[in-house]
Amino acid sequence: MHKQKGMTIIAICVFLFLFLPLCLIVVTSFGTAAAIQFPIKGFTLDWYAKALQSETFMSSFKLSLIIGGLATLLALLIGVPAAYALARYSVKGKNLIKSFFLSPTVIPGIVVGYSLFQFIVIQLGLPVFQGLLMGHFLISLPYIIRVVGSSMEQMDYSIEEVAWTLGCTRLRAFIQIVLPNVSSGIFAAFMLAFVNSFNNVPVSMFLSGPGVTMLPTSLLSYMEYNYDPTVSAISVLLMLLTIALMFLIEKTLGLASIA
Amino acid sequence: MSFVNLKDIRVSYDGKQNILKDLSIDMKKGELVSLLGPSGCGKTTTLRVIAGLIKPQAGQFLLETQNLTKVPVHKRNFGMVFQSYALFPHLTIAENVAFGLKLRKEKKAVIDEKVKNMLAICGLENLGERYPKQLSGGQRQRVALARALVIEPELLLLDEPLSNLDAKLRVAMRIEIKRIQQRLGITTVFVTHDQEECFSISDKVAIMNNGIIEQYDTPEVIYRRPKTKFVAQFIGFENFFSVIRVDEKHYKADNGQVFTTAAADSDGETATATIRPEDIEIVSSANEDTVAGRVVVRTFLGKSYQYEIATELGTLLVNGSAEQIYATNDPILLVFPAEKLVILDN
Repeated sequence: MHKQKGMTIIAICVFLFLFLPLCLIVVTSFGTAAAIQFPIKGFTLDWYAKALQSETFMSSFKLSLIIGGLATLLALLIGVPAAYALARYSVKGKNLIKSFFLSPTVIPGIVVGYSLFQFIVIQLGLPVFQGLLMGHFLISLPYIIRVVGSSMEQMDYSIEEVAWTLGCTRLRAFIQIVLPNVSSGIFAAFMLAFVNSFNNVPVSMFLSGPGVTMLPTSLLSYMEYNYDPTVSAISVLLMLLTIALMFLIEKTLGLASIA
Repeated sequence: MSFVNLKDIRVSYDGKQNILKDLSIDMKKGELVSLLGPSGCGKTTTLRVIAGLIKPQAGQFLLETQNLTKVPVHKRNFGMVFQSYALFPHLTIAENVAFGLKLRKEKKAVIDEKVKNMLAICGLENLGERYPKQLSGGQRQRVALARALVIEPELLLLDEPLSNLDAKLRVAMRIEIKRIQQRLGITTVFVTHDQEECFSISDKVAIMNNGIIEQYDTPEVIYRRPKTKFVAQFIGFENFFSVIRVDEKHYKADNGQVFTTAAADSDGETATATIRPEDIEIVSSANEDTVAGRVVVRTFLGKSYQYEIATELGTLLVNGSAEQIYATNDPILLVFPAEKLVILDN
């Protein structure tokens, strides 16, 4: 009984430690002072207005959305068939391939960003937009393969075989039988990869170019010269967006199954 | 004229060990043939070769005169029922059943009519709008059967379709399957490891072991006259002792006693005699045909008792009636009826 009480207290402390800074940001975003301070003196929504009217923030927000969306879609196109092959067939060196695909999630982001910079910008000399797209595609792919793969492994493959016996070609059975039964996994993978791409700093930082910046990068560079609650306001908006997406994932698949 | 003809089928998963060792079997049109054997004997593999889900390394598969060995699974037009039923979870029962018909590009009115008929035949009226999750095990099983049958397949393949049902439902469903199979006159291959289930509904049974067919015959013949020791053991023969041939009908055991049999196909010098525990008779007076023994263990089976009896032929299992009960160490006299004593080739 005592032990349980102790655990509960520790859990609450950890939760507060994680949660309080976020609360602080939410509160400071409503402050009237020109610099971020706590506690706030008055209440205003001006910083939200400023954030939403800022050309830099809005264009980088749009770019983040476009890059994140496109890169994740591309990763789905490649990742879903790859996950299917890995789940369904005994490919030679299957475990090696699996851990290789997952490596971007274990290698530090800064290393991934730097190596992508070396490869995409220095070696290939791709334009900034295409470079960003490729970088974000690469960091999205592991999430797709992992999440879609796990829901494919849980599927009973005899439903695919029975579709063949009923006269279905392999491609058609994949589209009509396999995909609908892993759709929640695909949706969750899309959301997770998108959020990850949207929030990614190192890859965006290394691959950004003049006039083409992603939202996290433009937030960082804004903070170098300004320390006003606009950043807080944007952070709050981003939090809300992420919470909404996570809520959707939780609704469709349950976060527990991807952790 | 055989309808299904498998010839020298060889299957190996790793290229070294053969799952099927040059297996051959013939089936007539309209027959229900069972593949019976312990797990790992190759019965499901055989079914999957017929379905086209496994490509054999060698051998051929003919349906009437057509060589289907290389025809892909989706062009074979066979109905298959899996052990897990494999219903499409995202489709309703009616959509599940209609799936194969839609692929055949039939008109919607025709599909609706056929689906409705098949649901009625399988006792699934009014369930068309439900999803597989909302059905009981027995109902799901019937949906799987309806979905396989509605495409009017040339062959019906059943892979342990009853093993996920409880005992009572299993008996009801196997009669159901037999009824539908006879009504539609469809040639059926039934894979099972349950002896009773298989004997009760099959026209013919193939007993499989280790990738080969040990015996292929009607259930009655297999039950009464097993050909090999494996088959005998698998279908409930318990008592084995070695004998030497005297003539066609007489065999001499190690203790010098001569037994008469009406069930010998053996022509070797030495052979093995076997008899079921329930076929041995317990008698009260000794003569030259009786075997003397002593009760070692008695167990209660419900309607009868089973005794382990020490004799000169070795330890024998014998079933005795509840009318006369023997105790441990009681002397006992046994007789092997000639028509029940089976002689197996060594």
